[in-house]
Amino acid sequence: MMEQSALFEYVLRMSDDSLILAQRLGEWCGHGPILEEDIALTNISLDLIGQAISLYDLAADLEGKGRNHDQLAYMRYEQEYKNVLLVEQPNGDFAMTMLRQFFFDAFRLPLYEALMQSPVEQLAAIAAKSVKETRYHLKHSSEWVIRMGDGTDESHKRAQDAIDHLWRYTHELFYVDAIDHALLADGKIPNMETIQAKWMTTVTSILQEATLEIPKNNWKFEGGREGRHSEHMGYLLADLQYMQRAYPNMEW
Amino acid sequence: MTQAEKELRFQEKIDREIKIEPNDWMPDEYRQTLVRQISQHAHSEVVGMLPEGNWITRAPNLRRKAVLLAKVQDEAGHGLYLYSAVETLGTSREQTIDDLHSGKAKYSSIFNYPALTWADIGTIGWLVDGAAIMNQVALCRTSYGPYARAMVKICKEESFHQRQGYESLIKLCNGTPQQKAMAQDAMNRFWWPALMMFGPSDAESTHSDQSIKWKIKRFTNDELRQSFVDATVPQAEILGLTIPDSNLKWNEERGHYDFSEIDWNEFWQVVKGNGPCNKERLAARVKAKEEGAWVREAASAFAKKRAMKKSA
Repeated sequence: MMEQSALFEYVLRMSDDSLILAQRLGEWCGHGPILEEDIALTNISLDLIGQAISLYDLAADLEGKGRNHDQLAYMRYEQEYKNVLLVEQPNGDFAMTMLRQFFFDAFRLPLYEALMQSPVEQLAAIAAKSVKETRYHLKHSSEWVIRMGDGTDESHKRAQDAIDHLWRYTHELFYVDAIDHALLADGKIPNMETIQAKWMTTVTSILQEATLEIPKNNWKFEGGREGRHSEHMGYLLADLQYMQRAYPNMEW
Repeated sequence: MTQAEKELRFQEKIDREIKIEPNDWMPDEYRQTLVRQISQHAHSEVVGMLPEGNWITRAPNLRRKAVLLAKVQDEAGHGLYLYSAVETLGTSREQTIDDLHSGKAKYSSIFNYPALTWADIGTIGWLVDGAAIMNQVALCRTSYGPYARAMVKICKEESFHQRQGYESLIKLCNGTPQQKAMAQDAMNRFWWPALMMFGPSDAESTHSDQSIKWKIKRFTNDELRQSFVDATVPQAEILGLTIPDSNLKWNEERGHYDFSEIDWNEFWQVVKGNGPCNKERLAARVKAKEEGAWVREAASAFAKKRAMKKSA
């Protein structure tokens, strides 16, 4: 039972990462720098919503309290959301959005690849489906990081500023606590250190190609995994939950 | 061949239902009419993303959020095909978009009305996409090949849009009294603007005759509007929604529904820029273009650098 609840928490964290990032990307719709990017950003958002639905369904099963994916996605209080701080950060300019996406994709891809081997069958199946989408997401965000870094002086500066700003949130991607330790001991999830090493390899090589630099500042922000969010989160949830809060107990 | 002979041959082709292709000779006015009409259609798709995009973050559940994202993404795709169709006529996407931003080119006035409640999203799908389909199905047989082919693909997606809108309203109309009232309110606000989507009445329409002769258009504005009313009334009855027109009734003799005269003053006011959201819609597009300029410049600077490296 203990393990069931650890797994629930673990899957919930992944679901929340997907949902909150999808919510942010949805804000771009109709405002992208070029029509092709309106399509790309909504497409990535759509993939992440799809992943969130599968993950919340699994979380709901594990929890066994009869909640469904919408109740998990919409009907919790802020402190109950366990996404990393990175994904709730505001879109900023296109560089900020794309660097946020790149840091996340470079983390999600090796995580899904490793989870495909998980003995938790439903989780392995979700990972197998999502890995293909995530590979595209990473390709798309990497290409933009390189284009911006090695484009014009302005795009280089904007990309570097975004890296300098977002770097402090990247460490939390590899956050581990008792939940992870328990699941790792049972061989259900991969070792986060391995994922972090792969992330660092991707980030180093793409930033190098982009002529961008990894910041020296190693200040680390965390709290999201424990439900302590940034000031931005309340507003994001106010939008997300608006209909469910204003018109409770109705079907749409 | 003289100009008159060329024109004669061109009209013969049209009459024999042979599609006009980009490299074929065509009268300047035919080209201009198409550029105007297709670019207006492209702009409508892109501006149309705004009122619905506005609800993506507030969609009431994950399924509706995904459906809405997919729909708005389709619209961006339609914009792309249509800008490409305009490019086959010799006008670049950049130029076409500049004409929108300067106010020279128009887009469908329906998108100058605000999307205020979740019911508006269903109603836009049902009525607005429904009205668009009436126009667009006819355009699948338009005389210009690239436009006709783009429309075939667009129509398939639009009919999904219309169905998802209707399905979302079924849910509201079978829901709580509050949900039903929300749907009726949306109907009250969107019915007349939806009828206006077919454009001015035939008597007032400046481009109609020649467009029909060239088979750019197959039906007149009033014919399409009537088909839309005839198709939509029974759908509203199934939902249990009241159409806000006390003169709406079946005319046995005509075999059509009669309905009230449109408020043409409102129609022209919105066309001229005085609708509730004209300024906001255009400002949002201009802002997206301006704020995205550095991104597009970066992409083209990078492409040049790579091309030079390759040739070096």
